[in-house]
Amino acid sequence: MPQHPFAITLDVGSSLANQTGSWRNERPIYVDRLPPCNNACPAGENIQGWLFHAETGDYETAWRVLTQDNPLPACMGRVCYHPCESKCNRADVDSAVGINSVERFLGDQAIKNGWKFEAPKKESGKRVLVVGAGPSGLSAAYHLRRLGHKVVLQDAGPKPGGMMRFGIPKYRLPREVLDAEVQRILDMGVELKLNAKVDNIQETMKAGKFDAAFLAVGAHIGKRAYIPAGEAAKIVDAVSVLRSMEGEEKPLLGRKVVVYGGGNTALDVARTAKRLGASESIIVYRRTRAKMPAHDFEVEEALEEGVTMRWLSTIKRMDEGNITIEKMELDKTGFPQPTGVFETLEADSVVLALGQDVDLSLLNGVPGLTIKDGVVEVGPNMMTGASGIFAGGDMVPSERTVTVAVGHGKKAARHIDAWLNGKTYVPSEKHDVATFDKLNAWYYTDAPGTVRPVLDTVRRQSTFDEVVSGLDETNALYEARRCLSCGNCFECDNCYGVCPDNAVIKLGPGNRFKFNYDYCKGCGVCAEECPCGAIAMVPEEI
Amino acid sequence: MNDAVKEMEPTQKLKFYQKGTFTVGNRLVSEADRTVQASIERSNAITCGHRACQGCGEALGARYVVDAAMRATNNNLIVVNATGCLEVFTTPYPETSWQVAWVHSLFGNAAAVATGVAAAMRVKSRSEVRVLAQGGDGGTTDIGFGCLSGMFERNDDVLYVCYDNEGYMNTGVQRSSATPPAARTATTDAVGDEPGNVFGTGKNVPKIAMAHGIPYVATASVADLHDLERKVTKAMSIHGARYIHVQVPCPLGWGSASHDTIRLARLAVESGVFPVFEAEYGVITGRRKIRNRVPVVEYLKLQKRYAHLFKNGDAPRLERLQKMADRNIAEFDLLSHEGNV
Repeated sequence: MPQHPFAITLDVGSSLANQTGSWRNERPIYVDRLPPCNNACPAGENIQGWLFHAETGDYETAWRVLTQDNPLPACMGRVCYHPCESKCNRADVDSAVGINSVERFLGDQAIKNGWKFEAPKKESGKRVLVVGAGPSGLSAAYHLRRLGHKVVLQDAGPKPGGMMRFGIPKYRLPREVLDAEVQRILDMGVELKLNAKVDNIQETMKAGKFDAAFLAVGAHIGKRAYIPAGEAAKIVDAVSVLRSMEGEEKPLLGRKVVVYGGGNTALDVARTAKRLGASESIIVYRRTRAKMPAHDFEVEEALEEGVTMRWLSTIKRMDEGNITIEKMELDKTGFPQPTGVFETLEADSVVLALGQDVDLSLLNGVPGLTIKDGVVEVGPNMMTGASGIFAGGDMVPSERTVTVAVGHGKKAARHIDAWLNGKTYVPSEKHDVATFDKLNAWYYTDAPGTVRPVLDTVRRQSTFDEVVSGLDETNALYEARRCLSCGNCFECDNCYGVCPDNAVIKLGPGNRFKFNYDYCKGCGVCAEECPCGAIAMVPEEI
Repeated sequence: MNDAVKEMEPTQKLKFYQKGTFTVGNRLVSEADRTVQASIERSNAITCGHRACQGCGEALGARYVVDAAMRATNNNLIVVNATGCLEVFTTPYPETSWQVAWVHSLFGNAAAVATGVAAAMRVKSRSEVRVLAQGGDGGTTDIGFGCLSGMFERNDDVLYVCYDNEGYMNTGVQRSSATPPAARTATTDAVGDEPGNVFGTGKNVPKIAMAHGIPYVATASVADLHDLERKVTKAMSIHGARYIHVQVPCPLGWGSASHDTIRLARLAVESGVFPVFEAEYGVITGRRKIRNRVPVVEYLKLQKRYAHLFKNGDAPRLERLQKMADRNIAEFDLLSHEGNV
């Protein structure tokens, strides 16, 4: 025994000998929760994941993470109705993060800097036919190619893009943006065949020795309604009008244009008519604004541009230079009923925007298919009743948006890949959603959202210039940094700092943290003070 | 003095970072702009294995203060500790959690011992070695108060830090002169005409320290680490007697959940119960403004020591406690936001 001073009998030791972890009845664990934006994205984007890189200014990595799910960010950043933003937790702090505008910024950066997709590392030797070069077909082609399959993308039209080109007006999606993003997919080695309508899918597959097919032909046939009309009456459908905008001959609609319908297509046509020089562009819709299927911000933009609306009205007949409309009123169930009150409106033409049907003729003679309400039924794996034939986009039961279509393409590609390998694709289990109550919002500074500048109203009435312009570098960074990183550690060091027992080990940039359970007493301060809800307390097994 | 009206300088000179501006660290700013606690190389002056209760605010507050002081002095620091929870849970002989030169003497004499250590360093021409004395509210506001006042009036070169958990906690939660009105302790039971601690008692040591006219006095909270570290660093840049009073929630004595420690400290600040300010030579020079004001009941209802106010629906006492917070807000100008964060 060493010599000790008077009255001292023991050597001095460190408290590290005292493993206070044994006090614990609950233990903290690091978790990744599903951010509500990711959960809401029909294309399954890892939004929080790419914003994490964008907020450091590393836009290329951000774009690469984004394009693991969606190959068309510049298009999507313009035309997506961003259900992600509707679910954003930041809305409970100030206003939702402008995810859509940052996505567009990243997409535009990629085009500007010429970022390319990598070619697959290994060829599978399988051939897949993709019918339809719209968003769904392009997405499927991209994902199938990434998985190493040989892809032939075949389209009936003269140019790729589908409804993104022949349905969405230029002022919402400039064609050079679309062209650039399509070209980048083709550069991966996807073969594109244009003006090549598939008349019989089974024959085409046989002739091209395809192992599987993904059908995404879209819904290009405008629905008609019977309207009694005089001889000189001009009644056209919205899809044809929008399609002919892409040709040499612009549609002749006259000075006074009436659009019949209340969806986004109706608005697209009414705004297009205004730009073609119509002095009056009137939307006639049988229900109220609140019941309109169109998105409210588009209604707002149309109204600002001088489009007028006739709610609760149906068109009874058309004669030369005018139409007769009947006033409607909503019954108790919210359904419009005729009132017998008529009115005459001047009109040079009527454009019907009453929805679209799918041309399913290529499926004639294919056994095992189920067709219901004019669309093809598919299983959870996106396969139709016919083995090896998958389908997605507007031709299957869905909400018909570009984003849903891109999501279908990705999902189908994964199932096709598994099917080609004789396996079943099992998606990884979803984490619990990081709802607002899981966050500690105290740690987030108040920062209202950036609103994208809207083109001067007068200018956009007469031109097809893009209506909503993008963010620049400084405000894109600002916007990205507004992300709360819900449910996913962003290395803020809070747990490391607030542990009274020094029982959190910091592993350095990019490596997050770990708990030292030898000393963690399970007080739960770390979980309580984690801003983004990335720590859970679980009962200790005793 | 013109400086009297000058507001507290911002805690951090940062650009506007939406995410993590108030967090311990922030990957978007340089290492130098992050807190000491965010650093992988922090001293961990109180290391693991100490015997403080789960969620102890004092263990946290003391590590924050001493780590910041060690960085500010380049580790040339001697710490003198009064008896109290902090001494009992860190140093049950023969073990210790301290990773700093550390002296313990008695309950009431930490300020006097620190004066002696500072004098010894002066005699040995070790001007780089600085002295920090620390204790709980019992050792500071009650038992050690005479020594503390002497250290102040002599303007000895010591930073004294009081970790105020508002009672004698490790001996079984007895009342101290820092126990707030209406709080139940073992010696102020929630019975009779005046349940809990009596209104109109106790003392405000930060204001008494200011009255000594010493170079620096500040209050701080474990809920605002950036502010706390800045004050410790500033105190270490000044010579003479300095005093920092840190409120440290106590799950045991307050009857609160262990995970609510920082939340309670935050609510105390945001309700006005605990005003956070700093003063130089007896004049207030800065105050931490309230960000999202909350009613005092939000703070009180999380603590069992105030449960009797809610069980019996004691509106008059709740009203008085709210009035005390309102008076703090008015006195220290905690709400107006001109020219300050």
